[in-house]
Amino acid sequence: MAQLSFERKYRVRGGTLVGGDLFDFWVGPFYVGFFGVTTIFFAVLGTILIFYGASQGPTWNPWLISINPPSLEYGLGAAPLLQGGLWQIITICAIGAFVSWMMREVEICRKLGIGYHVPFAFGIAILAYVTLVVIRPVLMGAWGYAFPYGIFSHLDWVNNTGYAYGNFHYNPAHMIAISFFFINAVALALHGSLVLSAVNPAKGQTVRTPDHEDTYFRDLIGYSIGPLGIHRLGLFLALSAVFWSAVCIVISGTIWFDEWIVWWDWYAELPWWADL
Amino acid sequence: MAEYQNIFTQVQIQGPAEMGMAGDLDTNRERTTNTRFSTLLGSFGNAQIGPVHLGSYGLVSVISFAAWFFIIGMNFWAQVDYSPALFLRELFWLSLEPPSPSYGLGFAPLDEGGWWLIASFFFLVGCWTWWIRTYRRAEALGMGHHVTWAFTSLLWLIMVLGLIRPILMGSWSEAVPYGIFSHLDWTNLFSITYGNLFYNPFHALSIAFLYGSALLFAMHGATILAVSRFGGEREIEQIVDRGVRRCSGAGPWASTPRWRVSTAGPGGSQSSRRLRAASGSC
Repeated sequence: MAQLSFERKYRVRGGTLVGGDLFDFWVGPFYVGFFGVTTIFFAVLGTILIFYGASQGPTWNPWLISINPPSLEYGLGAAPLLQGGLWQIITICAIGAFVSWMMREVEICRKLGIGYHVPFAFGIAILAYVTLVVIRPVLMGAWGYAFPYGIFSHLDWVNNTGYAYGNFHYNPAHMIAISFFFINAVALALHGSLVLSAVNPAKGQTVRTPDHEDTYFRDLIGYSIGPLGIHRLGLFLALSAVFWSAVCIVISGTIWFDEWIVWWDWYAELPWWADL
Repeated sequence: MAEYQNIFTQVQIQGPAEMGMAGDLDTNRERTTNTRFSTLLGSFGNAQIGPVHLGSYGLVSVISFAAWFFIIGMNFWAQVDYSPALFLRELFWLSLEPPSPSYGLGFAPLDEGGWWLIASFFFLVGCWTWWIRTYRRAEALGMGHHVTWAFTSLLWLIMVLGLIRPILMGSWSEAVPYGIFSHLDWTNLFSITYGNLFYNPFHALSIAFLYGSALLFAMHGATILAVSRFGGEREIEQIVDRGVRRCSGAGPWASTPRWRVSTAGPGGSQSSRRLRAASGSC
């Protein structure tokens, strides 16, 4: 990949957290760094183990391949490789690769002298994954509560786990998470379309300005959050969606064991109107 | 890490309110002239509230949505015998249901789904007059119609749930009821009616795009905020003019426009020249 003239200017030395100058170089367009090496290590090892697990399984059908966690009787202990041990090592590899990738983002931010928003945002995504495969299983006492690594098998897990608590839509944290996801999709669509409508104006018009963007939304709903604010809002909406998703699953089976519809009884049973 | 990450606006400057770019004559006349400032909003986005455009389509839309809301509220109200305490206690459980399957696509007595049909009619009118509003506001400012088409995708979902699918299935009873918990029950029932809904390939795609949009907005918002001290939020300029390095605030931004330009769509370079000619200096 050809290097553009201005790219050389930003390939500065330093900013590394680990390894000093040792891994401070680029391969093609990609910065490597110590964490680039660990990312590759964990990702390759994990992928090989998934293929090994598939080779020991009953099928090569990509929809059906599944690397399952240990069964519940292993509790939080280590399991033999083909009884969930592979899943355990692959999970370690996945977390290692994700965290390495995040730390590589930090090093790149330090090189460029920009904010740490991207690695922070990725950290919330990692938190959600760790909640599913580590925090909740540990709180519940068995790795078997984590989800399997397979296309159809993880759909089954979501289905079975959801209906274990009745109608999961009654989970209040799930309500909040879904609302954030939907609002996030609407906000991104509005942001993207607004910018595109400004730079692709009506025939014969010059490119519109940020003032036109503000005017459009003030005309439409009486308020425009502005070109900086929309990115704060977008980051907040997206991270809130992921955060509350993690909350809604970590409270299911740890502090709430019944159907979620029952949780709402507290509201109808508030003392001032319970006897009406 | 104790660096400025630009999460909030720490110093707010208030000048005269922006009264909006000139539109056509009707638009200029139909805009309100009142504005106010909220420093609370200003810490996150723009502080200015208003002006707003009051056009006939917007008026019809707001009245229609209000009628939809009012009809639902009055039905809830009647269901608890007009008791304020019961209304609040039962609020999440109350529901305005569509007609039962025996009415098919016909009208039903008011208290057996008729009110649901009337409310839905107002909701339909509200949605599409708002759609017209998004289109006409863009026209008035000489902008593209992208927001309108984005809004259309939302209306497509609403129309499928409340209009298209019930008509195709021959019964209003298939539509979503108006109620907090009752629409959750509808969703649950819909999910298990067809087995594990997650195996529906379009549901899979839909979830992937929904999660994907959260991923994209997190990455996009985070990237722009991270480079905001270089003026990253000036997206229009970044799109139309890749050569902003002569401006003082360009900095590392020079490395990003290379794919931005390619996504800007037709006319990018032409409009770039126009904008540069118009703006002169940065």
